Amino acid sequence: MNISKDSDTMSPSRTKFTSMPDSSPAANPSVASPPTMKMRTVDLKFFYGTFQALHDVGLEIKSNRITALIGPSGCGKSTFLRTLNRINETVRGARAEGEVLLDGENVMKLDVTSLRRRVGMVFQKSNPFPKSIFENIAYGPRVNGVSNKQELEGIVERSLQRAALWTEVKDKLQKPASALSGGQQQRLCIGRALAVDPEVLLLDEPCSALDPIATLKIEELLFSLKDQTTIVIVTHNMQQAARIADETGFFMLGRLVEFDKTEKIFKNPSKKETEDYVTGRFG
Amino acid sequence: MASTSTAVPVRQTQKTAGFQVSEQYAHLGTMVFAAAILLITGLVLYSLLTGSWLAFSKFGLSFFGSKAWNPVENEYGALPFIYGTLVTSFVALLIAVPLGVGAAIFLAELAPAKLSSALTFLVELLAAVPSVIYGLLAIFVLVPIMRDYVQPALKAIFGHVPVVSSLFEGPIFGLGYLTAAVVLAIMTFPYIISISREALLDVPVDQREAALALGATKWESTYQIVLPNARLGIVGAIFLGLARALGETMAVTMVIGNDPSVRASLFASGYTIPAVIANEFPEASGIQASALIALALALFLITIVINGGARLLLHATSQKGA
Amino acid sequence: MPFRTRWRYVLSNVMMTATGMCAFLTISILFFILGFLVYNGISSIDWAFFTQLPKPPGENGGGMANGIIGSFAMVGIASLIGIPIGFFGGIYLAEYDGAWFAHIVRYTADLLNGIPSIVIGIIAWSLIVFRTKTFSAWAGGVALSLILIPVVMRGTEQFLRAVPTSLREGSLALGANKASTILKVVVPAARRGILTAIILGVARIAGETAPLLFTALNNQFWQGLSKPTASLPVMIYTHAIAPYDDWHRQAWAAGLVLLAIVLAANIAARLVVARSAS
Repeated sequence: MNISKDSDTMSPSRTKFTSMPDSSPAANPSVASPPTMKMRTVDLKFFYGTFQALHDVGLEIKSNRITALIGPSGCGKSTFLRTLNRINETVRGARAEGEVLLDGENVMKLDVTSLRRRVGMVFQKSNPFPKSIFENIAYGPRVNGVSNKQELEGIVERSLQRAALWTEVKDKLQKPASALSGGQQQRLCIGRALAVDPEVLLLDEPCSALDPIATLKIEELLFSLKDQTTIVIVTHNMQQAARIADETGFFMLGRLVEFDKTEKIFKNPSKKETEDYVTGRFG
Repeated sequence: MASTSTAVPVRQTQKTAGFQVSEQYAHLGTMVFAAAILLITGLVLYSLLTGSWLAFSKFGLSFFGSKAWNPVENEYGALPFIYGTLVTSFVALLIAVPLGVGAAIFLAELAPAKLSSALTFLVELLAAVPSVIYGLLAIFVLVPIMRDYVQPALKAIFGHVPVVSSLFEGPIFGLGYLTAAVVLAIMTFPYIISISREALLDVPVDQREAALALGATKWESTYQIVLPNARLGIVGAIFLGLARALGETMAVTMVIGNDPSVRASLFASGYTIPAVIANEFPEASGIQASALIALALALFLITIVINGGARLLLHATSQKGA
Repeated sequence: MPFRTRWRYVLSNVMMTATGMCAFLTISILFFILGFLVYNGISSIDWAFFTQLPKPPGENGGGMANGIIGSFAMVGIASLIGIPIGFFGGIYLAEYDGAWFAHIVRYTADLLNGIPSIVIGIIAWSLIVFRTKTFSAWAGGVALSLILIPVVMRGTEQFLRAVPTSLREGSLALGANKASTILKVVVPAARRGILTAIILGVARIAGETAPLLFTALNNQFWQGLSKPTASLPVMIYTHAIAPYDDWHRQAWAAGLVLLAIVLAANIAARLVVARSAS
């Protein structure tokens, strides 16, 4: 099945996971070569004080792919996501052991602010700053050294276009971001994360507070971003993972139970727990 | 301005902290400012201790039991002022607590939410009125009222009751312990009302509903269920009001009568620690100044203890949770 | 209805009415205060009040210009010292909390908040007046700043803490460091509340009398900041206790002016917070 490369017109609901976009080289010429590994964890453990939230998690995140992490509440998928950009360090008593590698480098050895510029994050509930739309997007580039006004305007426009929000807000960039609807705010946050041009974009249940139409818009957006950046998304919505992800990891009780191509996870999982979860027997 | 390339110069930027506020300076800088508080407290203790040293070395601890206050003969004792401070504050609480808690009950239990917020706003404005303005009103408005109406009435009512009558003896000037206590009570209202109201509002709705569902009247539900639940917070409010009353200077100075003696009658003129300091310190020197500083030290310690107690109680109420 | 039940209802109504009367009584006091001040003071407020120095007792007229200037000057000095210290200290308490140091600072700030202002006056006296051998506006300003610092510090801390963590995380996730996050995201988000705390603190010290009694003392004239300086609250005090009718009249006028300023600041501050909450 030929999938049009123009991602703006493609609706995820028409994509069945029986024919992943990858399988057709014409669809995504930029990833015709075998996928490279962007991030990798090795024996990752995580502790909140004395409570161990993650046990020996090892998985690979491939460049220019969408990787989904699913599992029941409290299984550690969000905790895992947050170790990738070290945002967990703000929590008192939180501690990681093992390795998290970005392009082969241990993230603990990198300067944390430049790590976070390269590995961006979008949160579950949209959190726009109490500033104007323009200033929200410009914030990231500003703290990372961009001060030229024209450059900033260009970045803001590009980011909002990539976030599929430009046409809706281009006339009101100076208005406060809080005036936008929930779905628009979340797209704003995505645009804000994109403004610093991250190599990896982490999304922690980005659609859980949104209605189905807004959710659809964001899923289309993520799909269109795939060839520019690497995406890791945590979701409690299995259908969402099935719709957009190339690979999926199933977490339970702090362990990575299974990690494989999305198609396999949903149609033919190797582990029983995975099967129980995706068929709805629990979760 | 739209560019077709998606690669943005920012990715190539390897500069990191250069454009951001320096972490170390921020942490250190703010810490230094915070340390100013410790410096101030150190200075407070230092000034009080060194200033009062002269008086303590001359009089020792009997300073606190002595009734003398004689600048001419350099004989100083703290008793009249401690007595006056305590009497005025306690009588003030006797007036302020029932009225204040009563008002708080009304605001928390009866008044509809909008009215309650509006009235509480006004009450909190009362807390902002400067002390000297209360004093101004006390001198010109309250004193005549006390002198011409309240005190004669009290004397008439209680004059023949044994024991109690000694509280209402003596000539009536309108000044003295009672008038000062009334002013203090008025100044303490806002604190008692607003904190008690919050303590009452913290009591979960289902407690009241449980009582009412069992057939209790509104008053019974309030008095027997809600009030006991909120008692820690209300006691905390009372402590805070007390601390405020103890340290109150201007309004009290203007109506206390400035008489350093110990008398039983509430109509008598007296003195409080803040009042004597306010009146005598500007011209004092030597031992007199040191004695006044010793009084200040005593007041300082008393208010710390009471404030600390109040905060513990209020902290305990918030820990107990809804 | 059996007697006992009827009695319980009657009691309930009586008691609840009593609480209403308590509320009515305590709140009407505010209106009495305002009413008396306006009644007694409004006729005495004229241009002379704001521009002239006090006349000697016996002569009518004059004003309290020196007190007004003195109050402005000392509140200004106190603000210049107290607001930065309180503000940055408050940032420390809110954002760098955790170490024992922060706990001690917080506890001590609360302690200072509760010290009677007359004791603060003694501190400033021994620190400055005693050493410089003169009363001065500087000493008065410092005394007021000692009161202002803990108020601004705790207020700043309170409003910074109210900023949701998600905002901080959002900033950190974009590669900003903690200091930038505080400066560019958290403080702007809390600015309304912090401003309120500052306004309320300044309004409070503007009305303080006791700490000025033996730091700035008083002055019938204006002789500059290094000499004894009049202030509005102290002038109200001295004029009220003096035996001259004309001075009483002036005291009412000054009281009205001072109260108007303090209440206006308080109302403005609370409206600012109310608007930011909506």
